[in-house]
Amino acid sequence: MNMNESISRAADNSDETVMSAQEPEAETRREDIKVEEGKTVGVPYADDPKFKLRNVEVFYGEDRAIKDISLDIARNEVISFIGPSGCGKSTFLRCLNRMNDSIDICRVKGQLMLDDEDIYHSKKDVVELRARVGMVFQKPNPFPKSIYDNVAYGPRIHGLANRKSDLDEIVENSLRKAGLWDEVKDRLDATATGMSGGQQQRLCIARAIAVSPEVILMDEPCSALDPIATAKVEELISEMSETYTIVIVTHSMQQAARVSHRTAYFHLGHLVEVNETTKVFTSPEHELTESYITGRFG
Amino acid sequence: MPTKKDDVYGDHISHKFNDELMELKTEFLKMGGMVEAQVDRAIQALVDNDGHLADEVRAGDKKVDQMEMDIDEEATLIIARRQPTARDLRLVISVIKMVADLERVGDEAKKIAKFAIKLNEEGQAPRGYVEVRHIGNHVLSMLHDALDAFARLDSQQALRIMKEDKRVDEEYQAATRTLLTFMMEDTRNISRCMSVMWVLRALERVGDHACNIAENVIFMVKGEDVRHTPVEEAEKVVGR
Repeated sequence: MNMNESISRAADNSDETVMSAQEPEAETRREDIKVEEGKTVGVPYADDPKFKLRNVEVFYGEDRAIKDISLDIARNEVISFIGPSGCGKSTFLRCLNRMNDSIDICRVKGQLMLDDEDIYHSKKDVVELRARVGMVFQKPNPFPKSIYDNVAYGPRIHGLANRKSDLDEIVENSLRKAGLWDEVKDRLDATATGMSGGQQQRLCIARAIAVSPEVILMDEPCSALDPIATAKVEELISEMSETYTIVIVTHSMQQAARVSHRTAYFHLGHLVEVNETTKVFTSPEHELTESYITGRFG
Repeated sequence: MPTKKDDVYGDHISHKFNDELMELKTEFLKMGGMVEAQVDRAIQALVDNDGHLADEVRAGDKKVDQMEMDIDEEATLIIARRQPTARDLRLVISVIKMVADLERVGDEAKKIAKFAIKLNEEGQAPRGYVEVRHIGNHVLSMLHDALDAFARLDSQQALRIMKEDKRVDEEYQAATRTLLTFMMEDTRNISRCMSVMWVLRALERVGDHACNIAENVIFMVKGEDVRHTPVEEAEKVVGR
């Protein structure tokens, strides 16, 4: 066999075999991949979970945005929710501290437990819930006040500090944990809106930490930040996971891969797969997860 | 939506990404064909006492080396540009590993060509060439099938190659014993027989590399690493 012949064989071979290899593939169109309702592949449950969520459904009027999702979120874990726009990941996140309450047409069904307490119990104190389950949003939203007052706001209204020195301590600690202290310690009285976007977002994280929450929800916390600010926030997430349970919604799959222990993939209101992040990004179990993370749709 | 023309790596939103992965696959198969031919021609040169062909094989190794570097670069660029995940990631990582195997196969071919020249110059009656031909054909078909398994993403076939490796080892042992007998018969045979022994050793290594490629194919298709695991384990993985 001469070399050229052999090369063309390899090339021919690949053509012909590519055809035969994709025959079955061509048959399964993506629209045809069915998600069985309420059936999640992977490891959706955990021992002694922080959140125990069972058969959760969310309606916007007649529209069923979340379809029978059951999931445990473990203590001190970082779990990320990924999925295409409109898949329900943010809606689901907002159930965890009842941020959906402000939407009139929104109804939540199912069992949502935080440390064995029903989040949606009619007598549940929502303010207390949100102190325990803090939130950081996509766009940094500091109050138009000083840096100090932004962080001190929560502890003040929750009565966490009786003396000025206590409050000072909380502010400093929170800013330190958010990795912002060294940058702002000399200008605590400066207005927060004058900070850079990345600093503002870390300030919002400091503000969330200040009331000593147990859980921090993050809804695309880095999508408005530049790469360096993003790296800082991600660094922070890794550090915070020692103290807090963190749930993060992100459009950046690389971010999910970097920061989270488990990754949950949402699709059209279904929770398709929950798995160790390493598994999701190297060999996901569900075909839809694979298609999404490899950039075949989304 | 995937059309008939696309394969499993060909239905990304980014067409450029499709093209890049396709290119990587095609180039790898091209390099595979190249080293296959190198081994084939090296054996030919040896058993036919064809010094000219042996020289050609030795020169041909440069092309193989260049190809290795080109494919590595392409794979590096894909990682840098696309941050591939899941099966795309497995393809790129496997290709990076498998080109190293192919390059080593190329080196073995070069080595065989070197001994072909040496044995040709010494010009004595062929000893052990039957074994060379036999084992050569065997490992060449393994290499061929491994590349085929890659092209077809056929983990079953890859598994068969993994099992085949044991038989090559047995054949190698048997051939070694035969050559030892020749050497004991007449000590003047020793130098010559040692050269043939090195050729057999090189061929046996080709079989090992084919086996490595097969293991990578299973990783690409099934997402599980079956290196350094018993064949029974690999069987379970492929059966899933």
